[in-house]
Parts: sequence; structure tokens; C-alpha cells
Amino acid sequence: MASVASAIDARGVSKVFRGAGQDEVRALDHVSVAIRENEFFTLLGPSGCGKTTLLRLIAGFDFPTEGEILLYGDDIAMLPPYKRPVNTVFQNYALFPHMTVAQNIGFGLEMLGKPKDEIAGRVAEMLRLVRMEELKDRRTSQISGGQQQRVALARALAPRPKVLLLDEPLSALDYKLRKDMQIELKRLQHETGITFIFVTHDQEEALTMSDRIAVMSKGRILQIGSPRDIYERPAERFVANFIGETNMLKGKLGKVSKDLADVTLHAGPKLKATVPETLPASGEVTVVIRPEHARIAPGGKTAGLLKGELENIVFFGTDTHFHVKLNDGSPFIVRQQNASSEAPGLSIGSQVSIAVAENSARVLKD
Amino acid sequence: MSNAEAVAKKFRERDIFGRWLLSFPALFVIFIAAVGPLFVMLLYSFMVKGDYGDVKYWQFSGDGWFSVFFQRDIFDDTVSVADAHLLILWRSIRLAAMTTVLTLFFGFPTAYFIATRPEGKRELWLFLITIPFWTNILIRTFAIQETIRNEGVFNTVLMKLGIISSPIQIMFTDTAVLLGMVYVYLPLMVLPVYASLEKLDFRLVEAGYDLYAPRLQVLWRIILPLTKPGIIAGSILVFIPAIGAYVTPRVLGGGKNMMLGNLIELQFGQGRNWPLGAALSITLMIIVTVALLFYVRNASKSGAGHGH
Ligand SMILES: Nc1ncnc2c1ncn2[C@@H]1O[C@H](COP(=O)(O)OP(=O)(O)OP(=O)(O)O)[C@@H](O)[C@H]1O
Ligand SMILES: [Mg+2]
Repeated sequence: MASVASAIDARGVSKVFRGAGQDEVRALDHVSVAIRENEFFTLLGPSGCGKTTLLRLIAGFDFPTEGEILLYGDDIAMLPPYKRPVNTVFQNYALFPHMTVAQNIGFGLEMLGKPKDEIAGRVAEMLRLVRMEELKDRRTSQISGGQQQRVALARALAPRPKVLLLDEPLSALDYKLRKDMQIELKRLQHETGITFIFVTHDQEEALTMSDRIAVMSKGRILQIGSPRDIYERPAERFVANFIGETNMLKGKLGKVSKDLADVTLHAGPKLKATVPETLPASGEVTVVIRPEHARIAPGGKTAGLLKGELENIVFFGTDTHFHVKLNDGSPFIVRQQNASSEAPGLSIGSQVSIAVAENSARVLKD
Repeated sequence: MSNAEAVAKKFRERDIFGRWLLSFPALFVIFIAAVGPLFVMLLYSFMVKGDYGDVKYWQFSGDGWFSVFFQRDIFDDTVSVADAHLLILWRSIRLAAMTTVLTLFFGFPTAYFIATRPEGKRELWLFLITIPFWTNILIRTFAIQETIRNEGVFNTVLMKLGIISSPIQIMFTDTAVLLGMVYVYLPLMVLPVYASLEKLDFRLVEAGYDLYAPRLQVLWRIILPLTKPGIIAGSILVFIPAIGAYVTPRVLGGGKNMMLGNLIELQFGQGRNWPLGAALSITLMIIVTVALLFYVRNASKSGAGHGH
């Protein structure tokens, strides 16, 4: 970490928008994040959490109120956008409507003063990369949303930026196209070796595509980590809730040894849960259990298991969700794959017991 | 014919009648107020001039048109080119074109400034721009005269400051006419340009900056092409009244710096040559039409316009 400079290093960056009168919006609140070279880094968070604002500060459209932003070790906070080796794929693509596809892609190179034949060569290469060769002379108003998306990508990649910023580039596409583009994006990132900073509020998209994810809420970064980290070891309630479906159970913290703790759930059994570095102070804690880490069985006899009443069964194609109301009244969801032959013969309203996989429970920080 | 069909037919008929009725105001304006007078002018331009103005009705001659371009010597009847007319024609075209360019030069930044104000504050600025409209053009023109004449504010201040020792002669020059026209027609440029700037997606401007275009390039390659409809509309709105301007050249240009409007007025007044006046009016219209066709075609070609 010490010797190699990060591609982007934001240090204590805050952004305050001042509206008319007294009201001000703190869109970013002391955000610090180091993004490595060649990384597919995702900013994930709900609407209004400051994702676009952070991208705009990196791109140079806005200036931070506080803090600094380094690009490979150099402070760029005061550099105008046209002097930053950073390009953006805008949320609405922002293609130039008065230019053709090829002219759009070549625009950045032209502005950099590259010779004509070099521009032509690179535009052709980019058209190939995003598979848009046949449409190069079309107006951007005459191509579909997915095609526009690819032109926007090609346009931003053509000048070979050090960092590519993508602001929810897939949100306007339908489900199928979106899946295709996700794969395409990964391929492009791999082939070009450019650092991608990707913004989304779709947790599934973030999990499948990213090397690392930063989960944001209300202008702050709550947790940074690999998809697996974030999913399996959420540090806070917000993260656990935001990423994937989850069960939260209250319990009493018992003996803690290293990174495992005994927790006695109010719903009954005692289990071992992994703990974050900073433990909650009080004995009252919340434990998260992912639905797929639990198994459901008929009957309420077996000791040491969660027990409750089966309220609903939802079929999802690849798996089935069982909605259970535990004995202490709290809801619990179990997800089981349909492929497994052990399709439990369960009926709604029957008593069930739930087993939780070992060490899959996690104590939350708050 | 079934009952339903009969009803449908009746409705159709009533519909057609209704449509004609609704078109009446438009047709009235087009024929009575636009095509009609034009036709009358065309007719007059081919009639023989009356001795005390007016025309001799239904006596036709090409004299009116002839004297637009040529003059006959009173003494020996030799024909020569009417260079006074051509000079005025040329001055009109030149001053109108320069007015258009200058209003664009000053009007565009003004419109840009207004369009980039916060949403609630733009109306106020637009309102301020239109304030001069409330005052009669004659009064505004006299105000300019007061400012620029030899004993006016401008010269007095410069002389008091010792920058000049004798007043600069601005009145009764083309510069004075130009100044007056730019001032009077500026709002006509600002408003349509503002209208298209306001619709401009400023994210495209950001995209330009993002792709290494410095300010001037963004203006040249992105903002100007995308606001071309407004620029064309503004240019038309300024050029047409400018080339036919009457009050401004009359007050600020004096008798020596006539423009077409003044020449035409002269023919219908003191000159008592209505056919020539009518022919000159139509010449003016032709110039405007040709200039516009040329301008619009070129403008849409160079920027390669954008489809909808
Ligand atoms: N120019 C601005 N002036 C005032 N407030 C702003 C401005 N831009 C953003 N904000 C506020 O800052 C906060 C963060 O906005 P931002 O656009 O970064 O959210 P986001 O995470 O990108 O949301 P979304 O997913 O909806 O795009 C919001 O509360 C927003 O209202
Ligand atoms: Mg956003």
C-alpha cells in the first residue's frame, strides 16, 4: 500500500451544496477511498447517497468543499475536467446528437490534437471493440439504447484514460441487454486494463461485476471490500440490509473468543457467530443470517434449532423461499435450491424447524 | 346504407365544414393581410406614375422597374446606371448584415448568461432584456442621438477627461446607424437564442469538457451547432427589419446615409413616384428572400443539422 500510488485516492473528501437561504446538503461527508490500478471498483448505494457527486468530483465537474483527490499521487482537485486523464460514461450517455457514431468516438482524440490517421485507426479499433462497425455513420439519435450505451463506452475509452468513470451506465437497459452488457463491460475492462469506477444502486450488478465494492449511505462510505466480504461479513445493519436478502435476529452476546462469539438468540437457540473488529458495547446484539445458509425441515421437535410456523412458500425457478414466523414473532426466510432432491414436503401453516450452517451467522457492529 | 354509416357520414361532413370554419382566421390573414397587399404592390410597380403621386390606373409600363437600376438624363436622355440606388441597396445589405453579426456577437453571451442562471431567476433577466421594447423606437433612437451627438454625453465626457480635444463625429455616419440598429434589435436576437440555449442539454457540455475540449472548443463544436436553430431564427428576426429599417437611418444617418426604407418612403412622398417605390419594395423582398434561402441552406449544411 505504501509504495505503489493508487489510481484514485480520495482523502477526507466532503461536498456541501448550498441552496438558497440556510439549507445546505452535505452530499459527501469525509469520504476516503483508495482505488487500485486496473481495479473494477463499484460505488453502491441507494438513490441520493452521493455516488454521482463523488464521480463528478473525480471527473472535475465539481470541486470538493474539503479534502483532496489524488490521481497516481498527484492532487487533481483543482484541475479542470479537460486536463484530467479521466473519462466518463454518463448515466444518460450524453452523446452528441449532431455527430455520427464515429465522430462521437473520435471527439476526444480530436481534442487531444491527435493526427487524423491515428484517430481513424483508433476509432475503427473502438468500433470493433464494442461491435458497432456497421453503424459508424449513423446519427446517435438513430440507434437503440443498448447501441448508444456502447458508443458512449467507446467514446470514453478511445482516448485511453487512466480511469474510466461509469455512472449507472446500465440502468436504462432492459434485463436481458443489461446481463449482456455486464459481461461486455467486464470483458472491456479486462482487455483495456483501465481502472473502472462503476456506480450502481443494483446490488446484484455490484456483486457480479466488481473486484471491490464501496457501500455508501447518506454521503458516507460504510464498508469497502470484495463482494464476498461485503456479502458474508457486512459490518453494519445498513450494508446487510442493502446487499441481498437477509435475516436479522436479536440476541444476547455471550463469550467471545478471537473472531467467534456465542450468541443466545431471543428466538431460542444458542449459536456461534463471527464478529467484527469492533464489538458492540452492550450485551444486546443483532445477528444476520443469509437465507441460503439456513435449512428447513418439518416438525418442531429437534432441540437447538430455530422453530416457527411456515407462512408462505415462494417459488423462484432455481430456488424456493420459505417464509417462517419464528416463535418469538420475528420473520425468517430460508432459501433452498430446487435441484436438491430433498424437496421437503412442507405445507403452509405447519410447524417447522430451521438449522443454521456453522459459522454463517454474523454479529453486526451497531 | 346502414344507420351507423349515415351518422358517420354526417359527422364527417360537419367535420369538414367545421375545419374550414376554424381555418378562416388563418386564411383571412394570409390572403387579405399578406398576399393581397403584395399583389397590389406588384401591380403598382408596373403602372404609369401619376403626376402628383398615385398611379394612372390600368396604364402599364416598365418605368418603375427600369428606374430601380437605371436613370435617364433629364437633358439628353442618355441612360446610365442609377448608382445612387445601388449605393443605398448595398449600404442596406451591408448594414443589415453587420447588425446581424453584431447582435449575435453581443446577444449570444447575454443569452448564455441568462440561460445559465438558476431556474427561478431567468425570468427576471429576460424581463430586463425586454424593457427597451416598452419605449417607442423613435424615442429610443433619439436617446441614442442625445448620447452620441457632438455635444452629447459621450463626447462631453471624453473631452472633460482630456482623452480627445474635439468631439468625434458619430452622428450622420454609418457607424451611428449601425449602433442604433444593434441597440434596437438586440432583444430580437437574445430571445430566440435564449430559447434554444435553455433547451440545450448541459450534460453535453460536460461531456465535451470530459473529452478534453477546452472552453472555446466546447463553444465551437458543441454549443453553437446545437443552438443553431435559435441563431438562425434570431438572425432572420434581426436581418429582415434591419434591411428595411426606416426610423434609425432617418434619425441617426440623416439624409446622406439613407437606407432602402428611406428611399422607398421618398418615392411615395416627395418623389411622387409610386411605381418606383413599389418596385423598390419588391426588390427589398427579393433580397431578403434570397439572403434567407442562402443563409438557411448554408447554415444547415455546415453544421450538418441534426434530425429529430
Ligand atoms: N447541484 C446540487 N445542488 C444541491 N444539491 C445537490 C446537487 N447535486 C446533488 N445534490 C444532492 O446531493 C445528494 C447526493 O446526490 P447524488 O446525485 O450524488 O446522488 P446519487 O447517489 O448519484 O443518487 P442517484 O442514484 O439517484 O443518482 C442528494 O441529496 C442531492 O439532492
Ligand atoms: Mg446519480
